[in-house]
Amino acid sequence: MSETDRIEKSIELKAPVSRVWRALTNHEEFGAWFRVKLDGPFVLGQVSTGHITYPGYEHLKWTAVVKTMEPERLFSFTWHPYAVDPDKDYSQETPTLVTFTLERIPSGTLLRVVESGFDKIPAGRRAEAFRMNDGGWAEQIKNIAEYLARDA
Amino acid sequence: MTRSAAALKTSASVFAALGDETRLSVLGRLSTGTPQSISRLTEGTRLSRQAVTKHLRVLETVGVVRSIRAGRENLFALEPKPLDEARKYLDEVSRQWDDALGRLKAFVED
Repeated sequence: MSETDRIEKSIELKAPVSRVWRALTNHEEFGAWFRVKLDGPFVLGQVSTGHITYPGYEHLKWTAVVKTMEPERLFSFTWHPYAVDPDKDYSQETPTLVTFTLERIPSGTLLRVVESGFDKIPAGRRAEAFRMNDGGWAEQIKNIAEYLARDA
Repeated sequence: MTRSAAALKTSASVFAALGDETRLSVLGRLSTGTPQSISRLTEGTRLSRQAVTKHLRVLETVGVVRSIRAGRENLFALEPKPLDEARKYLDEVSRQWDDALGRLKAFVED
């Protein structure tokens, strides 16, 4: 695995492992912080569906397959990052794998997140991600310009 | 092929070319910025000249490395732009994970 195949994150949470596990694997709680409205609970080996609730992206679908659920230790799913076209079938693309690992530490929980498999994403999909990013920045600059003009 | 289509194809190839730890170690040696010969790239490693040559050709094909003729020898140098593009994509994903985990922290610690 290479540096350009994966994203690794870790964060210390001042909350018990059981609390973090519930936030990850209860579909309503997961939806609250990840910003996705899920159609039903996560079930091992099954497809999870719903749509994104991040402001401005409410039209985007969520489709993931739950791969691992080892209570209070390991939760993983595969998904298609930046699946931005609601009418397009992304199922033929190789998904990335997102893995959450929980570990008890004195102050609460150490959560590690790894998303891997970027080597398999088609080039066109990365372009979509870049365009979204560029659009976001252009919009922010426009907002700043309007704000400054108001005070001029 | 349009310019953008060619660029996209190259970008995909960059990720694939980087998906090999040996090739990454070769790139690491080139990242000092000084063009290097195959002999120099094999020094201190278990790699044969043939193995290094093979990896360099893959990297050259996708535009991450370029070769420079120097007398009777070829030197190889890092071409940063394709790597920068690959990195930018992952930086964006990385930033989104930072945002999501920040929300999770606020969620479970309240």
